[in-house]
Amino acid sequence: MNTIRLFTRFTRGSVDLIGQGPRSYWAWLVFLLLLIVSGALAYSSQVTTGLAVTAMRDQVSWGFYIGNFTFLVGVAAAAVILVIPAYVYDWKPIREIVIYGELLAISAIVMCLLFVLVDIGRPDRFWHLLPPFGRLNFPQSILAWDVLVLNIYFLINFTVATHILYRAFNGKHYVKRLVVPMVLLSIPMAVGIHTVTAFLYNGLAARPYWNSSILAPQFLASAFCSGPAILLVVLQLLRKFTRFEIRDEAIHKIAELMAYAMFLNLFLHGAEAFKEYYSNTEHLLFTRYWYSGLGEHRTLVPFAWSAVALNVIAFGLFIVPKTRRNLITLNVGCLATYAGVYIEKGMGLIIPGLTPDALGEIYEYYPTLTELRVAAGIFALGFLIFTLMLKVAVPISLGEFSGVSRNSGGIQSEPEARDRAYASPAT
Amino acid sequence: MSVEEQEGQVTRRMFTTGAAAGVATFIMTACGPKRLHEMPRERLRSAMREMEREYSARAGKGVTVSDTPALPGVEFAYALDISRCIGCRRCVYACVDENNQSRDPQVHWIRVLSMDKEKGVSFAESNPYYNPAEVPEEGKFYVPVACQQCRNAPCTKVCPTGATWTEPDGIVVIDYDWCIGCRYCMAACPYGARHFNWAEPVIPKDVVNGEMHVLGNRPRPKGVVEKCTFCIQRTRQGRYPACVEVCPVGARKFGNLLDKDSEIRYIIEHKRVLVLKEELHTVPRFFYFYAT
Repeated sequence: MNTIRLFTRFTRGSVDLIGQGPRSYWAWLVFLLLLIVSGALAYSSQVTTGLAVTAMRDQVSWGFYIGNFTFLVGVAAAAVILVIPAYVYDWKPIREIVIYGELLAISAIVMCLLFVLVDIGRPDRFWHLLPPFGRLNFPQSILAWDVLVLNIYFLINFTVATHILYRAFNGKHYVKRLVVPMVLLSIPMAVGIHTVTAFLYNGLAARPYWNSSILAPQFLASAFCSGPAILLVVLQLLRKFTRFEIRDEAIHKIAELMAYAMFLNLFLHGAEAFKEYYSNTEHLLFTRYWYSGLGEHRTLVPFAWSAVALNVIAFGLFIVPKTRRNLITLNVGCLATYAGVYIEKGMGLIIPGLTPDALGEIYEYYPTLTELRVAAGIFALGFLIFTLMLKVAVPISLGEFSGVSRNSGGIQSEPEARDRAYASPAT
Repeated sequence: MSVEEQEGQVTRRMFTTGAAAGVATFIMTACGPKRLHEMPRERLRSAMREMEREYSARAGKGVTVSDTPALPGVEFAYALDISRCIGCRRCVYACVDENNQSRDPQVHWIRVLSMDKEKGVSFAESNPYYNPAEVPEEGKFYVPVACQQCRNAPCTKVCPTGATWTEPDGIVVIDYDWCIGCRYCMAACPYGARHFNWAEPVIPKDVVNGEMHVLGNRPRPKGVVEKCTFCIQRTRQGRYPACVEVCPVGARKFGNLLDKDSEIRYIIEHKRVLVLKEELHTVPRFFYFYAT
């Protein structure tokens, strides 16, 4: 009975927390809800008419949706990579923010799954993938692998994050025997989801642009830039709007790691570009379509060069200690990284892979308004989930929201509780 | 509440839940929808009768849906004489009529590429939208491309639900009721042979071909993938594919690869034969040759 009472208190308290906030918080929620409604309307027209409302056709059969999916798999993977310094080297400044990385991963995976759902022609048949009712073509299909690893990764993060938070809410330490193995497992899983997603494209001999073994390492490198970029901005916002303290030390360390990841990303891109241009085979067409266009077909060229410029700028800002310690240049770097990797994955991976098509035809794909609205709606839903989770998680971490206080339930201020929640775990 | 009582309760509840889940699973797997080629015979029959009723009502005429299986000792193969093809596209439209392809939006299973004689077989230089007053054009030759029915098919391998597979007679088929429309097979196909129903397919009543095969030319719904099936509804009854029959110059040859005396075997053994994108090791059952 006690469990039920605590859970009720937790639920009621969470609802209270979500229902309170400054005007800017409500404005943010309304903004997200508007985008979600607009996305839902666009999606309903897509369901009625069919995927013909998108710009995808037989020639370019995957587009913006799958590009976003790929980008977000990277975000989900990288958010948890921060676990490595936290748990393996027991570096405390990062350890405190790992939970937010996990919450970000949960939101990102939800967005990933939604992007796949809106892309498929028969969303009503998604259960065909779920044994025993359906049939998952495992281990042959890499898409089957992706379905598996993404869901397992989601479950691990969901379990760890909710367990730690709920235990902290109850004034208890997390169960080390449960959390540590799962956290350690989540590290190879994070690498795994992005590797499997890269293999999804990598394994297709029909598409030379993807059929290069550099693809998986390049995916990981770019993900280790974009995931932390989002997290750094979120952490600064948390620091500003709550009592939550994050040491500059942690932020600077993450920025430094991002500089190395960005260097690797640029290097791998360079290596690939060298191989394509120098060997100058018929496969060069796809790379040329991205960087310089083919004849009058130049839709993606501005995207290609803005991605390169943004990534180079971000690298410069993060590698110089002075600029990564300055909060303004740090944030410029984060935005540049996020935008650069987003363009590179959202537009630069899927579309040039399919242009020209298998029979040499050039169909210039550019997302329609419907696709943009659906995508914006999914991002808004993901940010909404992330915002609401933070709204509950931050007070728990701060010890402001706890179920074991003198005043039964609700929200109270108890600064000491913070140490309790983060003291060494129970064994 | 004592510990034993608690344990007893949990066990009881677990048993009931477990049993209920077990029964539900059994019902769903035994009676629920399944892929066509795994269905029990009687269920497939009744599903086909249901299809016939539905398609007849839609077409306003009698429609038959068959499930003729592959014949033993038969492996189909195709050969196309590049030196003869004149690029008239009669095959494209005969295929549309035979296989109930959507007229709006237009779906074509065969794509005829016009290429320069000077440059040889090069997809990058090819043009599928050639539209001169008369074919063949000076200095051009034509390469019609449809599903190559690969032995090492990349498309069936990647399908996450197993909705597409190779039949014993070598025809790669799709279960239109099982496909989820993820289009992974389209990304995997090196020949652009797979086509997606981006909108609800439209086939005017008067042009519906009422002789259908459950894995072939029956009408497809919106949101699934379709492709050439070597006219499975014809060839399994000993007839030629529609494109072979309609070709005015006899450039298209079709037959049983396992029959030593077949025309297809003669061509492969005596002519200059090539397959498209040989380096990808898809091992097509569709050959191109130069007879002259």
